[in-house]
Amino acid sequence: MNNPSTGAGYKPVLLRHRDHPDLDNLETYRKYGGFGSFKKVVTSMQPDEVTEIVKSSGLRGRGGAGFPTGLKWSFIDKNAWPHYVVANADESEPGTFKDREIMEGNPFQFLEGLAICAYAIQATTAYIYLRGEFWKISESLDRQIETLEMAGLLGEDLFNTAYSLKIYTHLGAGAYICGEETALLESMEGKLGQPRLRPPFPPSFGLFGKPTVVNNVETLTNVPPIIENGADWYRRIGTEKSPGPKVFCLSGRINRPGNYELPLGTTFRELIFEHGGGIPEGGSIKAIMAAGASSALIPVDDRALDTPMDYESVPSLGAQLGSASVIVIDDTVDIPWLINKTNHFFKHESCGKCTPCREGTYWMAKISERIVTGRAVIQDVDLLHEVASQIQGKCLCALGEFAVEPVLSGIERFRPDFEAATNGMEST
Amino acid sequence: MLVEKYAQEVNRILAKYPPEERQAAVMPLLYLVLRDQMVIDRKSMDEVAGILGISTTDVASVVGFYTLFHDKPGGKFRVQVCTDLPCALRGAERFMEQMCERLGIEPGETTPDGLFTVEPVMCLAACDKAPMFQIQSADGLEYHENQTVENALSLIEGLRAQVAHMGGLKRRRDHE
Repeated sequence: MNNPSTGAGYKPVLLRHRDHPDLDNLETYRKYGGFGSFKKVVTSMQPDEVTEIVKSSGLRGRGGAGFPTGLKWSFIDKNAWPHYVVANADESEPGTFKDREIMEGNPFQFLEGLAICAYAIQATTAYIYLRGEFWKISESLDRQIETLEMAGLLGEDLFNTAYSLKIYTHLGAGAYICGEETALLESMEGKLGQPRLRPPFPPSFGLFGKPTVVNNVETLTNVPPIIENGADWYRRIGTEKSPGPKVFCLSGRINRPGNYELPLGTTFRELIFEHGGGIPEGGSIKAIMAAGASSALIPVDDRALDTPMDYESVPSLGAQLGSASVIVIDDTVDIPWLINKTNHFFKHESCGKCTPCREGTYWMAKISERIVTGRAVIQDVDLLHEVASQIQGKCLCALGEFAVEPVLSGIERFRPDFEAATNGMEST
Repeated sequence: MLVEKYAQEVNRILAKYPPEERQAAVMPLLYLVLRDQMVIDRKSMDEVAGILGISTTDVASVVGFYTLFHDKPGGKFRVQVCTDLPCALRGAERFMEQMCERLGIEPGETTPDGLFTVEPVMCLAACDKAPMFQIQSADGLEYHENQTVENALSLIEGLRAQVAHMGGLKRRRDHE
């Protein structure tokens, strides 16, 4: 049905509003089978059976880490109650804008996925943590939740069973770090968004200290079609180890930026040249960042372009797929300038809790600023590399680890750009 | 003041969280404060702290941590331009500079009439539609995408006229 290598004849599973424009209307959503999956699980399945199907579908977390979703659900501590589900709608990685389109265009599929997850772990309260900038989306979600309550699809004693579910939205207020799941939980509790020391992990100690599953919006949106069509159907999309569809966010120096839903395992070449229409003004492609600003820079050659975008293949290029936010860099872009942009981003967004990240991102930004303003000598490039190396592997959460990715790969793979930006050797 | 003015909304917010976890309501309550005055002063922090049974210091640290909460006054409208990497690759930095130049201010400054603060911000999840900005005001947040300097300026002029019109109405009402 779906051809993983080309995506030919591929029909969207997540961005279905592109085929059915009125899908943010509950009646339309139900016309296409919406909330049939939720009804099916609540009225005819044991919670653990739901988790088992999601496990065997091979669905992996779409927020960036790629952790198996069903496995995460199965870790929930059944000796402590209540349980919570928190949907991570904090989408803040530079280059990522997929959850926003899902929540705007196909919100009910996301809400249904959230409800199914809640049933699977027997949570009766679920929260959606949205970045503060998604103010309008949060207002429409509130209205949609109300519509669902009026239709008897959320609330007390659903479908004449003993199961009840409430969903609430909660707005953040501008902090990239809150996309990290334990920082998100701290933020929800009304504190600074700073990551927790782990273990314990959220499935045993999460929101308000209770067992909690935190899942990304896109991840949850995959769940209703998995319940509807089965794990085997799902596994026919994508690759063996990275099954399913993925929304690839394409941005940067590209003719047709935007979201493209394609099977995991689609090549960079197909995304960038067939769907994205190639590089503007006849320029040539120089590098790819596959996971937004948190990416190692991939120098582009035929091998890189023909690499399938899935969780196993991208690491062969010394990079990660992450949230699949593909930023295209062409030959007009100076790599030290790019590194300086990412350094300032991470310096601004570091939460300040752990020293390597708080101090390290500050020093990286200071040195790269010196390089791009023509005040650096070649030794500064080595100093920047050394500072980045010292941060690596020593941070409390992934933010600090992400911050060094562009720096180390940029210097190692595009050194001539850095040499050109400096004023030769320091005189001794 | 919050409790009297927005009693219903305060209760609706508190009802979202378990009674013993009231602190979770701190950010939603701070949004209510912003709705009134766009800046969170000491008095409002005391009030939010009082509602939740936490210290003013706890509230102040939350205000300081998150970029959408302002403890210093700025323009009535905060024009927040994303200049992060993907937007910068589509000319967002030049866009912001030109817009500021036409408004006669530097990035981060407020126009002399006190209406508009233009500031660069981090990624707003609209990378494919740069140049773009959001406008934060007492009415909430609004995205403006695929912008040119010209249509950004006409939007700003429109808001300016709207404020002048409202001001006129208010003066007339006060006079009567």
